[in-house]
Parts: sequence; structure tokens; C-alpha cells
Amino acid sequence: MKFSILILEGPYHHEAGDSAYRFVEAALRKGHEIRGIFFYHDGVYNVTKLMEPPSDDRNIAKRWSEIGAKGIDIVVCIAAAKRRGITPEVIVPNTRISGLGQLVEMAVDSDRLVTFGD
Amino acid sequence: MSDEEKVSKIMFVNRRAPHGSIYAYEGLEVKLIMGAYDQDLSAIFMDDAVLALKKGQDTSELGVKEFSATFRVLEDYGIEKIYVVEESLKERGLGVEDLVIQPEVIPISRVAELMEQQDILLSF
Repeated sequence: MKFSILILEGPYHHEAGDSAYRFVEAALRKGHEIRGIFFYHDGVYNVTKLMEPPSDDRNIAKRWSEIGAKGIDIVVCIAAAKRRGITPEVIVPNTRISGLGQLVEMAVDSDRLVTFGD
Repeated sequence: MSDEEKVSKIMFVNRRAPHGSIYAYEGLEVKLIMGAYDQDLSAIFMDDAVLALKKGQDTSELGVKEFSATFRVLEDYGIEKIYVVEESLKERGLGVEDLVIQPEVIPISRVAELMEQQDILLSF
């Protein structure tokens, strides 16, 4: 099945991004396709390379960058990003900033859009 | 868009109060953008989200933007089907005459059926 993923909550503050990450990993392991991952609301904070969690904790942005390195399109909403000071300079490699149109395209081009948020 | 120009049925599910969090406001921004993509769009307002449609809001003392008037243009942006849940209005002492738009009032018992008809649900 072809999935797109929408993540709406900030990192560490909320488990939405962690659940999404596990979902993506499990889906890939089962041979499903991830069409794209879209970050909105405080979700845009998930891919800032400025985060520096303690060494015994997961690095959420680095994890997403590794998913992106597999060729999965990871998009941060530009409107939500601008509001929160997330710029192309601060996002991790293998992610990009673009418009909400990308969410529409991901959603209509997938069998399922799965939202992680409150 | 993909070559086959598939039209998807997309419903915006609004459940949160207009202020206190940004979900409703950024959810509105999604509606305005998606209107440009020629999909079959609808929106439903239930729970505290019905307050977003209330006439006569004044957020000046909150120091945040008052955006209820923007709901009036949703139809021009291609969101022609707008529903509001009757029970959510009643629980908050509201009637459709208190709202900035005139959506179709439906009982909560119809919501599942409407959602079932959609390809994509976006919840804010």
C-alpha cells in the first residue's frame, strides 16, 4: 500500500512524531511505499538541526534525515515554518521546505493519508 | 498533480476552539490553499470548532488575529459543502443564526456516514 504521513506535533513534547517514525519504519519493513512525509503546525520543529538532545536520548531530526536518505520525500510546510523560524538553513539534510500543495499531492497520490497528532 | 487528474473527496474535520491553540487558524490556511487544487472539498464543524463560526467575536484583548470573517470566503475557495453538527451548536447555546456563515446543520448521527464517503480526512 502507498502511504503518506502528516505530522502535526512538536518533537519531544508529544509522541506523535515518534509514533509516525515507528509507523514509517514498520511500513517500509513490510514492503509498503511511503509516498511522502509532511510536517505542519509545531510538527515543523521535528527537522531542525539545531536540536541537541542529551546523548542518551533519541535525536528526532537525525532520524528523519535518515528516513529521507532512503529517498522518501520529507516536506516541511513553508507557512508553518516561517511562523516558527524554521528556514532552509536550519533543517537537516534530506528534508525540504515547500508549500501545502505538496500535502495535497501526497494525499491524492496515496492509498492512505495517516495523520499523527492530537 | 498526477497525470490522471484524479479528483479526491477531501473533508476538513474541525473540532477545536478557534483560539487557545493554532490548530483552527492553520487549519483554515490549509483550506484556502487546497481550494486551488480542484478537489472535491467539504468541511465539517463539530465540538468546540462551532465557536470558530460565531458572529461578533472580539480578540483584541487576546492580542491574536480574529479570523472568523475568513470562513465567509470558503465557498469562493471551492469548499461548497460546509456542515455543522446540531448537537455541538445546541450544547453551546448556539443556533445557525449566530454563525457568520449558513452551513448545513446535520445531526451527529450523520457524521460517520459523511466521513465514510471521503477519500481523505484532514483534522484540525
